[in-house]
Amino acid sequence: MTDGFHIVVCGSLVPDPIQTLEPVSGGERPALKNEAMLPSVLDPWAACALYEAARLAANTPGSKVWLVSLGPKAQLQQLMMKVAQKTPFELVAVDGSASGFTDSFEVAEALSSAIEGISGLDRSRLLLFGGCASASRDAGVTLQMVGERLGIHDQFLGVDELTVQDDGSIRLLERVEGGRYLASVCEGAPLVAAWATGSLPEPPNSPQVGMQNMRTIMPALAQAKPAPLGGEGTTWLEVEVPKQRRETRIVKDSSADEIAQEIVTWIKG
Amino acid sequence: MHDNTVERQRLEVDIACVGFGPASGGFLTTLSRGLAEAQGELESGAMPGMPPQVVCYERADDLGSGVSGVVTPATAIRETYPDLDPAAIPMAVPVTSEKVVYLLDPIGASRRGFAVRCADAMLRGLRFMLPVRDQAFALPFIPKFLRKDDGLVLGMGQFNQWVAGQLMAEAQVQLWPGTPVAEPLIEDDAVVGVRLVDQGTDLAGEPEAGFLPGMDIKAALTVVADGPVGPIGRKLDERFGIPEGHARHDWAVGMKVVVDLPEDCALEPGTVLHTMGYPEPEIFGFLYVHEAGLASLGIFVPSSLDSPVRGSYRYLQHWMQHPYLWRHLKGGRLRSWGAKSLQESGRQGEPHLCGDGYARIGEGSGSTNVLTNSGVDEAWTTGVQLAEGVLELLKSKQPFTRDNLEQAYVHRRRESALDKESRVAAKARVGFRRGFVRGLVGMGLTGVTRGKLGAPGGHKTKSREVKSLAEHYKGAIPAAEIERMEAEASTSQRPLQDVYMDRVGWPSIPFDGELLVSHQDALLLGGKVQAPPGYANHVVFLAPAECEACETHLCVNICSGQALTLDGDGRIPVFDREKCVHCGACQWSCPAPREPGRDVGAIALQAGAGGLHSAEN
Repeated sequence: MTDGFHIVVCGSLVPDPIQTLEPVSGGERPALKNEAMLPSVLDPWAACALYEAARLAANTPGSKVWLVSLGPKAQLQQLMMKVAQKTPFELVAVDGSASGFTDSFEVAEALSSAIEGISGLDRSRLLLFGGCASASRDAGVTLQMVGERLGIHDQFLGVDELTVQDDGSIRLLERVEGGRYLASVCEGAPLVAAWATGSLPEPPNSPQVGMQNMRTIMPALAQAKPAPLGGEGTTWLEVEVPKQRRETRIVKDSSADEIAQEIVTWIKG
Repeated sequence: MHDNTVERQRLEVDIACVGFGPASGGFLTTLSRGLAEAQGELESGAMPGMPPQVVCYERADDLGSGVSGVVTPATAIRETYPDLDPAAIPMAVPVTSEKVVYLLDPIGASRRGFAVRCADAMLRGLRFMLPVRDQAFALPFIPKFLRKDDGLVLGMGQFNQWVAGQLMAEAQVQLWPGTPVAEPLIEDDAVVGVRLVDQGTDLAGEPEAGFLPGMDIKAALTVVADGPVGPIGRKLDERFGIPEGHARHDWAVGMKVVVDLPEDCALEPGTVLHTMGYPEPEIFGFLYVHEAGLASLGIFVPSSLDSPVRGSYRYLQHWMQHPYLWRHLKGGRLRSWGAKSLQESGRQGEPHLCGDGYARIGEGSGSTNVLTNSGVDEAWTTGVQLAEGVLELLKSKQPFTRDNLEQAYVHRRRESALDKESRVAAKARVGFRRGFVRGLVGMGLTGVTRGKLGAPGGHKTKSREVKSLAEHYKGAIPAAEIERMEAEASTSQRPLQDVYMDRVGWPSIPFDGELLVSHQDALLLGGKVQAPPGYANHVVFLAPAECEACETHLCVNICSGQALTLDGDGRIPVFDREKCVHCGACQWSCPAPREPGRDVGAIALQAGAGGLHSAEN
C-alpha cells in the first residue's frame, strides 16, 4: 500500500460557457470583448480532476491535494470564493492571463515551475492531475508538457476512472474511439492523469471546508508570482468563434426519441 | 423541507451576514478596516485566540450577479473610498449629463387618462415652441431633489465584484457566494445565527443521494441584508412583526438590459436619461451610458399600474422602440437582461431595525429614498452605520443585545442625514396609488416642500389589489371576448399580456434577433439563469386552493422570467426554476389574503440557489 499521494491538480478559470464570447483584436494578441467583466468558472475538466483528487485523497490516508492555478490574480480571487467550499486543497497561484490566447508551451513552463516550487512536495508520490483539455486555453497538450518537464513518463489522457489496487498499483481507464476504454495498470506514482469527466458530481458546498481552505488561499494569492507569457514568436493571423444557428422553442412533453429525431432533422437542414 | 430532527453540522462564527449587495458592502468594508486597525486587539468569541470571525453568505453563484445598472450620488461610497477612481471599476463612469424626458404615446395604445391626454395634446400643439422632438418632451430643468450631480453611473454587478475584491485583499472577512440561507435561528426571541439551505434534495426538498443538511451557523450577530424580498428578513417580520403604522404597499419590478450601443450612437459616456409617460403613464424608464458604447436601460413597472396583466417584458420592448430612444438604440445588441423587485414604500416599509442578536440594513430595512429615487448610496450608508456601531460594541466588549444595537446602530441612523431625508420622502409615492397625475403632483409637492405636503394615498394596497380582466378592459373588449381570449391564451400557452396588448392595439414586436428578441431568448442570451441541481424549489405554493380560486393569477402575468405558467386546465400555477430570476414579484403581487403579521399570501419566495448569472449587470 501507499503512504499517501501528493496530488497536484492543474486548473484555472475559464469564462463561464453560458456567457456570450466575442474575440476582439487588440494589442499583441487577441482578447475577449469585456473579458474582465465576464463571470468565470473553474475549467469544467479541471474541476472533474479536482473532485477525483479529493476523493482519492480522502480514501488514501497521508495524501494531500494542491490546486495550481494560472490566472489573473483578481479573477482567481473571485473564483476561489466559489471553489473553496467544494473540497479541501492548498492553492498555488500564478498570476497571468487565462484567456484562450496564450501559448500552451509557455503555460506548461509556468505551471511546471510553480509545481517545482511547492514546499514539501514529494515527487516520488506525485500524481499530476488536470483536465484532458481546457475549455479555453489549449489543444489537450498542456498537461502532457507539464508532465514531461517534471520528468513524468507514465501519462494517461482522457481518464474516466483511477483505482488504487491492493498491491499499490494503479489501474486507469482512458477513453478511446468508439465509446470504449483502454485499461492500463502502472506501478504507481508518479503519473499524469488528464481527466475526461470522471464519475463524480459536483460536491455540495461545505462552509467548514471553505473556512479551512481560505486560511491558505489568501496568502497564496498574495504571494502569486507573475508568469512570463509574452507570446514571443507567436503571430496571430485571425480568430473567430464558430458560426451559430439558434432556434428556441419550449417543449415539455416530447419523448427523447422525438427530440433526437427533431435535432437530427434540424442539423441536416 | 427543513426538518429539525435531522442532525446538522454546526459552525461558530462571530458575525454572519446574509446577502452581498451595497449594504453589506458598506458594512463589511467598514468593519474590515476597523478590524485591521485594531491589529489583533479584538478577539473572537467563537474562536478564542483568533480575530473576530466574519462570514457573508450570498445566494447567487457569483458575487454581484443579477442586479442592476444604477445612477447614484455615490456620496457615501466616496466617503468610504476618498480616492475612488471610477476607471478602476468596469462600467463605472461619472455622470456627465442628465435629462428627464416625458414620452408621448406614438402608437395610441397606451392607457392614458383625461389629464394625461390633455397634457399630450398641449405638448403636441406647442411642439414648435417647446423642446418636443421625436414624440418626447425634455424637461428644461430637473428638480434638485432628483439630480445626481457629481454622481456615478455603475453596473452594480461590477461594483459589487470590485468591492468584494477589496474585501478579499484585506482578508478580514470571508465572502461565500452560492450559499443560500434558509432561515434565522431563533432561541427565546433572540437570533442566534442562521441555517443554510439543505443540499442534495429533490425539488420538493426531500433528501436524495448526497443529501447534506444545511449547516447551522451560530453567530453572536446576524446581519440581515437580503434585500426587499429576502426570506430571512421576511421570516423576522413574521416572528417579530413590523413597527406600528408601517406597511409595504408600494412595489415595482425593475427590468433592464445591458446593450452594446450601435457604433454610430451619439450618446456620451455618463449620459443619464430618466423617462416617464410611456408605454403606460405609470411606467418610468432609465438609460445610463457606461464606457465603451455600453448602456444599461430599462423600465420600472410599479404596483400602482392597475392592470391584471402587468408583465414587464413586452412593455420594455415597446419602450425601447419609442422614437426618442430608438434613434440611439436601433442596431444595438442585447448583452444582458435581468429583473428585480424594488421596495418603493421606503421608510414607511421600515421593519424593526434590530433585536437581540440581529440587525437589518439596506433596501430590506427601508433605506431607499423614494423621493430622490436613490437606493444604493443609502443602502451603503446603513451598512457603514451598523459597522461603526458593531466596532464600538466589540471594542467595549458589549453583547449584541437589542438595547446595545439600538444605541450603537439605530440611534446613529436616526441622527443621520439619511434618516432625515427618508422622513422627507416618506410619503412621496403614495399619491401614485390614486393615479399617475396625482402621484406626480404629490411627488413634486413633497420634493418642493421638503415633505410638508404630498398627495393622499388612501388605503388600497395596490401591489395586490387589481381589477379583474373584465373590469380592466371594460369598454375596450366585450366580456364574452375576454373569456374566449383567456381560454385561447391558456390553450396556446401564450402570455396573457401579449394576447391583450395585441387586442388593444399594441403592434407586434419586430424581432431582430439582436436587441428585440423573444422573452425566452432574453433568458438564454442575456439572463443566463442558473438552477443548480440538488436544491428544493424556492418558489412554493402555500395555499393551492387559493391559487385555484384566484381570478387574476397576477403571479403568472407579472413573472419576470416566465417561470410561472398555468397548468393545462389554466387554473393552477406551476413553477419552472430554470427560468426564475428570483425577482420575487410573484410574492408581493399575490392577491390572496394575508394572515395577520404575514407578508405572504398563497405563494412565497424561499431561499434558493442560482438565479441570474451575468456580472455585466
